[in-house]
Amino acid sequence: MNARRHLALTAAFALIAMALPARAQAPSLADAAGSYSIATSSRIHFSIGQTGGGGIAGNFAKFSGKFRIDGGNVSRSSVEFTLFPESVRARERRIENFLRSSAVFDTDNYQTVTFRSTRVTQTGPSSANIEGALTARGKTRKERFAVTLTDWDKRSISFTIRGSIRRAPYGMDVGTPIYSNVVEFDMDIKGLRR
Amino acid sequence: MLRNGENDFGIVTIVLHWTIALLVLGLMVVGFAMRRIELDPALQFSLYQWHKSLGFTALGLALLRAIWWLTERTPRPVPGLHPFEHAAARQTHRILILLGIITPLAGWAVASASTLNMPSLYFNIIVIPHLPLQQSDSAEAFWALTHALLAYVMLALVAIHIAAAIYHQFVRGEAVLIRMLRSGFRRSDAAPVEAGEASEAVAGRNDP
Repeated sequence: MNARRHLALTAAFALIAMALPARAQAPSLADAAGSYSIATSSRIHFSIGQTGGGGIAGNFAKFSGKFRIDGGNVSRSSVEFTLFPESVRARERRIENFLRSSAVFDTDNYQTVTFRSTRVTQTGPSSANIEGALTARGKTRKERFAVTLTDWDKRSISFTIRGSIRRAPYGMDVGTPIYSNVVEFDMDIKGLRR
Repeated sequence: MLRNGENDFGIVTIVLHWTIALLVLGLMVVGFAMRRIELDPALQFSLYQWHKSLGFTALGLALLRAIWWLTERTPRPVPGLHPFEHAAARQTHRILILLGIITPLAGWAVASASTLNMPSLYFNIIVIPHLPLQQSDSAEAFWALTHALLAYVMLALVAIHIAAAIYHQFVRGEAVLIRMLRSGFRRSDAAPVEAGEASEAVAGRNDP
């Protein structure tokens, strides 16, 4: 029994040791070329600072999207993303209801927030800036997100995406200046190869 | 005439009285609207912030009013007032002055105990810190109920106070309302105050 367990552990360590050199170098965008759909295991986190510290934070449970990484020319890559603000999750029900209300997302009249990339600029071997059209509450504006590739294998790919979006231009300025005008997005996006 | 006289109120008392009266009634209207009426959520949010800023203002003025009331002389009661009426009026005034302080304090406690932990940004200028209370749903509910009950008690007393002022001014012809409107007001009839009533008025002045 002990010997078998020892053998299994040795085998596991050997496998990890073999895998390590491949992971030692930063993942490269060009190598991860392909078409992906965004997995539901992704995490769309946001936070809004408040005067005197603290603030509101939460995430969106429902979203969908797809993206394509062009191996030959990363700048020709593209992404389409749809968020359902009705699925917003925060630490309290009354915060969620307020965010869904006509004061913020107005989910009765606007069911989705969408993002369509217009320009991808590679900023490093595993990072890029994505510029695109963000539409919320019927208003469309150009916004930019910073993307870093964190992991990928044959079937899936992972990114962290960060962006700071000013909410006032979308008609969501309620609560300023107690709550910051700037919404910080911190997303862990997992893509599954299509 | 900044200070109270023997028979009249000074400008400080009059201005504090009417400013606090307007603030308190405004706060009651806003407080009722934001809690009991279905409103646009953004408007409701805004009303809450106005209610807090105006409420802190009312608290500050009510404290000044209380200090002024404790340190400044109280004019003699208008002649013709029964000792019972005078005593009832004194009691009502005392409780109103107290409620003017503890009602906004209870409101401050609501904001402090709320799990929303929303800062009180006084007129969007300066953050007023929370009272050192535990933040929980039950604490918030307790203070919200206390705040509302105190406000309703105050509203009832204000109604009695107004009714009494109108009754004495217009039915009995006693200058109780006029002298809270105009400083330096002198009783034209200058009726001599009965000895017993005068001494009672002096003795009863600012009793603790």
